[in-house]
Amino acid sequence: MQTEYISAFDVVLGVLWRFWPVWVALILVMGASFAYKKRLGLYGQLFDSGVGIAGVFICLFWLFTAIFASTISPFDPLAQVSVMKDTLPGAIEPASKLVYYFGGDKLARDVFSRMVYGSQIVLIIAPAATGFALMVGITLGLPAGYYGGKIDTLLSFLANLVLAFPVILLFYLLVTPGIMDTPIPYGMAGLFFLFPIIFFCVLFWTRYKKRPDRLYILLGITLVLGGWIYAGLVFDKDPLHIVHIDPNQLNIFVAVVFASSPGVFRIVRGLTMDIKTRDYVAAAQTRGESPWYIMLWEILPNARGPLIVDACLRIGYTTILLGTLGYFGLGLAPESPDWGTAIKDASRLLRSFIHPALPPTIALMSFVLGLNLLADSLREQSMKD
Amino acid sequence: MFSFIARRIGTILLTMLCLTLVVFFLVNLEPNLKKLAISQTEMHTPADQLESWLVNHGYRQNFFLRYGQWLGVLPKHPITDPATGKTTQRFSFCNDPTEPQFSGVLQGDFGCSTKFKTTVAAKLFPALGATGLLMFWVLAVMVPISLLIGILAGMREGSRTDRVLSVASIASTATPEYVSGVIFTVIFASWLGWLNGSAASASQGITFYNFTLPVITLAIYGIGYIARMTRASMVEVMTQQYIRTARLKGLSFSSVVIKHALRNALIAPFTVIMLQFPWLLTGVVIVEVMFRYQGFGYTLVEAAGNNDIDLLLGCSLVSVFIVLITQLISDVGYAFLNPRIRVQ
Repeated sequence: MQTEYISAFDVVLGVLWRFWPVWVALILVMGASFAYKKRLGLYGQLFDSGVGIAGVFICLFWLFTAIFASTISPFDPLAQVSVMKDTLPGAIEPASKLVYYFGGDKLARDVFSRMVYGSQIVLIIAPAATGFALMVGITLGLPAGYYGGKIDTLLSFLANLVLAFPVILLFYLLVTPGIMDTPIPYGMAGLFFLFPIIFFCVLFWTRYKKRPDRLYILLGITLVLGGWIYAGLVFDKDPLHIVHIDPNQLNIFVAVVFASSPGVFRIVRGLTMDIKTRDYVAAAQTRGESPWYIMLWEILPNARGPLIVDACLRIGYTTILLGTLGYFGLGLAPESPDWGTAIKDASRLLRSFIHPALPPTIALMSFVLGLNLLADSLREQSMKD
Repeated sequence: MFSFIARRIGTILLTMLCLTLVVFFLVNLEPNLKKLAISQTEMHTPADQLESWLVNHGYRQNFFLRYGQWLGVLPKHPITDPATGKTTQRFSFCNDPTEPQFSGVLQGDFGCSTKFKTTVAAKLFPALGATGLLMFWVLAVMVPISLLIGILAGMREGSRTDRVLSVASIASTATPEYVSGVIFTVIFASWLGWLNGSAASASQGITFYNFTLPVITLAIYGIGYIARMTRASMVEVMTQQYIRTARLKGLSFSSVVIKHALRNALIAPFTVIMLQFPWLLTGVVIVEVMFRYQGFGYTLVEAAGNNDIDLLLGCSLVSVFIVLITQLISDVGYAFLNPRIRVQ
């Protein structure tokens, strides 16, 4: 049976139409941001420059694509319709009369749906891993920069040790199927996921030490919520079965956090060493504030500008790392729709078919570009102040 | 200065020791040893024979004993048959000693590659040579282009040239090698047919046809970053008083840029280029796998994929050494180029 195709123009229109929930959400959010940009602080200032608008637009586009993935994609990303094998963009699937907008890959899956679903994996893992890396980097970087001395020497040596590893070698050692039989990933996860809990406990303790009524509520919330997520992520023993992560995803997550937290550590340490010489820190010391209060409530808020910029860049970098993992077939399942795996599969067959390769590459590139533009614009805005 | 370098080299050696110990630990995990035994024996070997293969080849000796042997501080022992007392080589294909002797990294013996059935040195050093060639061309392309872009953009901050070039360099930092490699292959190999999408033939001899794609793919990711750093440094220099003085003296803009600004603006990019090497190493692995070029990155992937213990240790030693030595060069060079900085 001959496969029927729609024209290139119809493909473009069809793709734009499939993204309708994203457009609606984008118009709502961007419109609201424009209307209230005076009151939105740093976020509102982003809308003053073309670069900032482009960055926000691209990031929100992929965010909404990930949220509405099941509505946007016409097919299941893993479903194989054998007649659609290696079809060109615009082929019509005979049974449902729906269109393979970007064609089919060598396993007859819809490239468009896979690209859309791939955004989910990236947008869950990359920001979350960056968040954990920030927590680890901040919790270790603040004391290293503030106290200096032996603790700084030791922590810096450890950070440089990890940074001296080429990332790819680290991943080959840490993200192999065999390592999941050993307790190493779980031990590392247990260690890394402790940091947010410690961070928030110390944060609230230093601030509300004198006000037990607030302190106990906040500490209780942190411990219950943190302990619940901790039990779900590390031991996979969530009593309510809501928090759950696959062992191989946990492995990737831990490896990515491990690879990027020394970078955060270095930045936080440098910023702390700079800020601790300021007068307001001296004033706090004279008031007799505890060192951790000064670190978390005096130094950290004043270091937020560079840290936000770095976080944006780092999410992009983490996305690239995830793609690298997918490209080498490490960690993620071989049929997983994430962009790196899709690029790997497609790049081996570039001589015969090029269409499965382009959507994931362009998706990955545009998302990282959006984050970089956002970071660039944020940096410019914070320089103005 | 001398004591600074000596101290840094001491730190480098300590770091290398720690890192190889970590790598040694990770490659000797039980699942990895199993994988090695399975790949080195016949198909469907029963579990007890896998175990005896591991015992026979010395993989069941004490962890620290074996690390010491690899390092060369403890003597390597040949395999002794307990029944006859006869000694045999561990791996016949790389002339392992038949008598106990010190033969580790410190003695220049990097061990034996189980995947390629030869010594690590015989495999690793030609691969490094091939990668060195690739690196040379990448730097030859990357450094001039990125410096030029950075200087042109930073010369007049806020101009249209600056905006266009800045966005272009941001875009290039958003393009990892596996993305640009695919896009370039699609454009230049599949569509235009100008270049070869595989560099496998480059091992015999490099030509423009088979070597351009790997080089530009690897260069493009670094170009954006170095260009942005150069731009930032150039912008800073252009606001200095001595530039204004030179302009007010009546010198032309081009001569101010070339004679006064450039020299000072190029100090920061030097550090950045040196610190690019760790990123280039990851890029090399991706590009060599993608274009099937038999270099260091390709060897590393083969070694890691087959859990080739000695080869993987050799690879990590080399890459860690490159990372740390370029850091040292960047620090020393920065102090050398910028007389205001003095190393204590």
